[in-house]
Amino acid sequence: MYWSLIIYAGIITFATRFSMIFLLKKDILNDKAKKILSFVPAAIFPAIIFPPIFLDDVGSVDLENNPKILAAIFAIIVGYFSKNIIATIFAGLISYWFLIFVYYQ
Amino acid sequence: MNNRLKTLTKGIIDVSPLMIPVFPFGIIYGVIGMDLGIGPYMTLGLSIIIFGGASQIVLLQLFSGGASSLVILSSVGAVNARHILYGAVLSEYLSGLKLFWKIILSYVMTDQAFAVSNNYFKKNDKDSNQHYHLLGSGFTCWTIWQISTILGIVLGSVVPEELGLSFTISLTFLALLISDFRKFKNIIVMLVSGLVATIGFNTIPFKAYIIVATLTALVVATLLTSIDVKKK
Repeated sequence: MYWSLIIYAGIITFATRFSMIFLLKKDILNDKAKKILSFVPAAIFPAIIFPPIFLDDVGSVDLENNPKILAAIFAIIVGYFSKNIIATIFAGLISYWFLIFVYYQ
Repeated sequence: MNNRLKTLTKGIIDVSPLMIPVFPFGIIYGVIGMDLGIGPYMTLGLSIIIFGGASQIVLLQLFSGGASSLVILSSVGAVNARHILYGAVLSEYLSGLKLFWKIILSYVMTDQAFAVSNNYFKKNDKDSNQHYHLLGSGFTCWTIWQISTILGIVLGSVVPEELGLSFTISLTFLALLISDFRKFKNIIVMLVSGLVATIGFNTIPFKAYIIVATLTALVVATLLTSIDVKKK
């Protein structure tokens, strides 16, 4: 890791947060642009979430004996009904612990 | 002054419940940083200079996977693209502020601070000190993030690997998407992104799977939006 890489990443992060607040006098993004930008979290987070859940240590898809998939499904169900961030995280973590420490033992 | 302090305190109180998952996330981040051997200064340095959980994790993940600087930085850019939207939404309320304020508030504008302060701005449109709410919520996130990072650095060697705490990172991102679970189009976009990333993890060169998956999913999102427009 290099400090320069960290600083560049910091500048990029700051620039995305600062750009619109600095540039826009009033809300000038059109509705279509806003609609597409509103999909950004849905477009990026699964790309971060899926690989560590579905792939094993050597990078091949593991569908059997994979407690992470079951725990993630349980978290999604709890999230869907509760609409609560903390409940979702704990539901996933507790079911994951149950699976690896009790069920799979 | 009294009014400002009140608004600042309101920001701190409003964002506090959202800090409950941020705290373990910060600890996990610190543990991972130490695990990857970048040392305590760089692990904390990332938290101070970048101050964005998702960006920091993606940077570490890709760096340890041997990705090039260009791929790492464009992935960080992709992860941060959502902040452009946040800025666009908040600019309506913050456009009258001095440059200094804009810089400070941009630095602390996280998902959690945006969520609660945008809510407050909508309800208190006429309050001329409303930006103190974002200052309060943002710096609460900042403080919690730095403390939890330091705790993670200290705990690095103590937390047993069997607990599988790295899974909490997936869960945290998943939890940030719960408001999308009821929207059909968003579910399609999420599935496209996840599948492309999973399939592309080994096949897409230069570890560019996050960028490729995000762009593919955004193309699908654009198509879905235009179908919607045509119907009207």
